[in-house]
This record gives sequence, C-alpha cells and structure tokens, in this order.
Amino acid sequence: MSALIQLKNVKKTYKRGKESITIFDGLNLTIEQGDFVAIMGPSGSGKTTLLNLLGGTDRSDSGEINFDGERIDGYNEGQLAGWRARSVGFIFQFYNLMPVLNAAQNVELPLMLTKLSAGKRRANVETALKIVGLWDRAKHRPKELSGGQQQRVAIARAIVSDPKFLLCDEPTGDLDRNTANDILGTLQQLNQEMGKTIVMVTHDPEAARFAKRTLHLDKGVFAEVTQ
Amino acid sequence: MSLLNQTGSVIAMNVRSIPQRLWMSLATVGSIALVVAVLLGFLALANGFNQTLKGSGAPDVAIALRDGSAAELNSVISREQIDLLGQGPGVRAGPDGRPLISAELVLIVDGIKKSTDTKANMPLRGIGSNGLLVRPQAKITQGRMFTPGSNEIVVGAGLLREFSGFELGKTLRFGAQTWKVVGVFEAPGTVFESELWADAPVIQSLFKRGSTFQTARVGLTSPAAMPAFVKYVKDEQRLQLKAQSEQTYFADQAERSGLLIKYFGWPLGIIMAIGALAGALNTMYASVSSRAAEIATLRVIGFSGFSAFVGTMVEALVLSALGALVGVAICSVGFNGLSASTLGAGFTQVAFRLQIGPDIISQAVTLALIIGLIGGIFPGLRASRQRPLLALAT
Ligand SMILES: Nc1ncnc2c1ncn2[C@@H]1O[C@H](COP(=O)(O)OP(=O)(O)O)[C@@H](O)[C@H]1O
Ligand SMILES: [Mg+2]
Repeated sequence: MSALIQLKNVKKTYKRGKESITIFDGLNLTIEQGDFVAIMGPSGSGKTTLLNLLGGTDRSDSGEINFDGERIDGYNEGQLAGWRARSVGFIFQFYNLMPVLNAAQNVELPLMLTKLSAGKRRANVETALKIVGLWDRAKHRPKELSGGQQQRVAIARAIVSDPKFLLCDEPTGDLDRNTANDILGTLQQLNQEMGKTIVMVTHDPEAARFAKRTLHLDKGVFAEVTQ
Repeated sequence: MSLLNQTGSVIAMNVRSIPQRLWMSLATVGSIALVVAVLLGFLALANGFNQTLKGSGAPDVAIALRDGSAAELNSVISREQIDLLGQGPGVRAGPDGRPLISAELVLIVDGIKKSTDTKANMPLRGIGSNGLLVRPQAKITQGRMFTPGSNEIVVGAGLLREFSGFELGKTLRFGAQTWKVVGVFEAPGTVFESELWADAPVIQSLFKRGSTFQTARVGLTSPAAMPAFVKYVKDEQRLQLKAQSEQTYFADQAERSGLLIKYFGWPLGIIMAIGALAGALNTMYASVSSRAAEIATLRVIGFSGFSAFVGTMVEALVLSALGALVGVAICSVGFNGLSASTLGAGFTQVAFRLQIGPDIISQAVTLALIIGLIGGIFPGLRASRQRPLLALAT
C-alpha cells in the first residue's frame, strides 16, 4: 500500500484575540490508499481542525501536507479550492444540502466545477444516486426526504466527481441507530468496492467498528486503538 | 466554462431562495418601487411642463417685449412701435396685405382651481384678428370666436380642465364688467390653452390701458428670417424693444421653471433612495447570513468566493429591477397623461400633462439599479469572504 495523505510535523494554532491556542504541535499522520480511518476523541480535542487540514479547508502554520505526491500546504486559496473539487468528497453531520435544489441538482453541484457537458453531468448524477439507492427520489427537495435519505444524497454529492478521498465529520451524529448503520454500511461499501479512502470523525464507538482502524485524538496527539 | 457554470448555479440558488425571505424582499422591492415612482412623477411633471412650454413657441414668430422685460406682463409697447416693427425685414403679410403682427396685452384675473378649491391667477389675453394667425395650433372647438368690440370671451381647454366657473355660456365678472364665455379653444400642448382670450381694444378701454399693448407677435416669412429681424429690432433706436423667436422665449422659461421642479424631484428622490438603500442592505445582509452555511458548504466543495459575490449581487439587482418595474408600472398607469397645473411665467397658472418618456424612465431605473448595486456590493463582499470551514458549515 502507498500513502495517499501524509502530515509531517504539522503545527496549527488558532488566535483568539491576543491569546493563541495550539491545537497541533508537530503532528504526524499517514493514511494509506484504500484505508478507512475512524477518528475519535473528546470534544475540543481537534478532530474538526484535523479534517479541515486534511481536506484543505484550512491551513497549517508549518509542516508538510502531501496528497498523492502533491504538496498541498503551499497552495493558495484558489489552488486549494480546485484541489478540493478534484480530490475530496465531503460529508457533513447535518448533510448541508441546498434547500432550493432537488436531490439531483444537489448531487450535480460539484460537477458544475468541471468541464463536463450537461449530458455527461446528468449521467454521472444518475450513477451516483443509483449507488446510494435514491435515483427514484432524484426530483425531491431535501425537506421532502428523511435524515437518512438526505445523508445518502450528500454521499452521492461527495462521490459524483469520483474523488479518491472522502472526509466525513460525524456523518451519523444526527441519525438513529438503524439508519446510522445503513449509512455506515454504504461508506464501508464505497471503501471496499470502489477503493475510496475514508477518514471519518465520530463520537460513536459502534460507528468506528465499520472502519478498518480507529485513531484516538487527545489534546492534539494520536493513540491508535485498533488495527 | 466552469466559472460560468458555478456562477450560474449560485445565481440560480440565490434567486430561488428569495421566497425564503419573502416579506423582507417584498419590502425592498416596494421601497425601491416607491423611490422610482416618486422620482418618475417629478421628472414626468418637469417633462410635461417643459414640453408644453417648448411646444408653445413657433420658430417663425418673433415676440417683441420692452427692452429689459423678461415676461409679457411687465412689458409695454405703443402703437407707433408696432408700426415700426412692421417695417422690419422678413415680415410676412397677413390676409389683408398688411404686416402680420398680433399686438396683445395680458392681464391677471382670478379663478378657482378645481383640485384644491383655492383662488389662482390666470391670464386674460387681449388679441386681435391676427391672434389666431400667429397661433396656427389654436382652434375653436366649441361655440364660436368672440365678436370684436363685445364683452365676449373664449376659454382654453386646459384652463377649463383645471378651473371651474369658465364653462361655455357662463357669465363672468372681471373688473367692473361682466363677460360671457362664447367659445372654447384648443391649442394642444401649449401654454395658450391655459388662457382666456378676449378682444384687445375692449380690454384696452375697459382696463384703462389707452392704446398701449404689452407684446407684439410678428409673423416672419420663415425661421431663417429670424436673425435679421432680431438684429433690426436691436439696432432700430426708435424702438427700444427686444425681439426673439417665440420658441427661444418659451424654451428659456421652460428651462427656469422646469429646473425648479427637477431640482426639487432629484433631492427628494435621492433622500428616499438612501432610505431604500438602507433597506436593501439590510435585506441582503440577512440573505447572506441566512445562507452562511450554504455558502460555506459550496466553498468547501470548491466553489469560488467570486461566485458567492456574484450570486448576492445578482439577487440585489433582481430585487431592484423588480422594484423599478413596479415603480414604472405605477407611474405609467397612475400618472402618465395626468393633467396638472402650476405657476408658469408671470405667476399665472399653466396647465399641462405629466409625460413619461424613455429618457426619464431610464433615469429612474438607473437610480433603482444603483440602489441594487450598492445594496449588493457590501453584502456580496461579506459572502465572498465566507471561509470554507467545515465547522461553519455545520
Ligand atoms: N476557527 C477557530 N478559531 C479559534 N478557535 C478554534 C477555531 N476552531 C476550533 N477552535 C478551537 O480549537 C479547539 C479544537 O476544536 P475542534 O477541532 O473543533 O475540536 P473537535 O472537533 O474535536 O471538537 C477547540 O478548543 C476550539 O474551541
Ligand atoms: Mg467537531
């Protein structure tokens, strides 16, 4: 296995007024191609901060972040946005679908950043919605869908442009046990059958069992729990 | 291509989310419509007034006033001066073979304005048989022309619209005399429609004016004859008069009085526009903050800050364009062609119609779009600075 993403000696501090809070001071992490990593840890331990660094939505103060051989820590805002659009699918706790768009239009959004023709975009949207089993709800608005269905649409949106890497922040935090297990099963399937590399933040030890390994984050330092 | 696509998607989402802020958005549209309607109303007023004054003057009729008098009311001209005018170059001959000169006098009489039920001044003009010949637009449309030498009067159709008591057949009292209204004349789009006309010699004797007049209108052979005639009047030492084309005379008056309305309309429009702008900014800031999570999500996915800016901008412009549309519609249906009267030259009333034209519509719409532009820029910048943080997106 080769590394998909590698953090080397990453430092991250937040400034709050005159104070600065150090979240990571020399963090190292390697995630292999095809891995499914769950990240657990108490609230405030830096899980979301880590996802922001991995997903290129925030910058480290120093250190290296490599993705598939690219150094992304030196990218400017525009380059990062382009890289995110190409390489990362994001799945949020509260789905973050656009309320005025129907399921198909929501899924199509990332493709608006590509050069694909309208016909090709439609085909890709259909494929993605079929993978999550919601093609029959393509014309439904988010408020006409259950929480689990909305999260499936969000998963379809995350995979529609075929990124290698999926980042999930508490993807089942808002769902009941059975629905959560369905969603986690889908993620597991994406990992096993389509080779997606997944990093998932969760509070839920049962959710973590769907991952290949779990990292425990505490005060900015990792302890690996299961392999 | 992808920039167009992503900006297009964001614009569509912005515009489609307007109903989520329906009341606020409607209030913005309404306040912008009000600004447009008020400004347009004033501009239409100035426009109609200008058009009426400008339409009153003929290019081939010279108007002669005492040198130093700006208006007909404070001018005096004698019989001898009128004869001298007739000897000028380029003077047309009337049907009687003599120079076509209409010697006139203007008095102010009282009338009651219908809309406010208040007294107002109106001009009573004494004219002779040449009076109609130098005003080819004027036609008797009801009744008949006054008989020379009698206490008869004809009334302009515009004056009849705005003032009561001058209806055909009515008997009026001006000075010590009673007068009978025997006819109504129309002179569309001119100030003359706001006048009363009677026989000049009768007015001279009843109002003790001796044999003096106030103005002379001189018909020339063509507009090209005007400069030579104006120069003749200026150089002729015995005259002490000033001549100018009737067109120039009214255009000057239009400018002075029209500017007054305009300069009242614009400041009021702009003060209201500032109020509407405050509302627009408020609405757009609300739009940006209600969509903060959506914008952050789009930024995470890879959409640019620029697309968030443009989306907000277009939403503001759509609201202001809707406002402009409503405002123009209100004015077109409600005000256009409405008759009004106001003080014209010499403190007499001039009746005219409000006139909405493409140029004043574009001025009012421009003001509305400026409100939209400024109302969109700052909220748009805030939208574009929304960071693509996951935490914010949840
Ligand atoms: N944008 C920010 N500015 C300042 N402090 C922040 C910011 N984001 C997170 N923090 C702080 O950093 C710490 C880690 O936050 P976070 O990564 O959200 O933790 P977790 O997701 O594990 O709960 C917390 O103390 C939080 O208050
Ligand atoms: Mg968190």
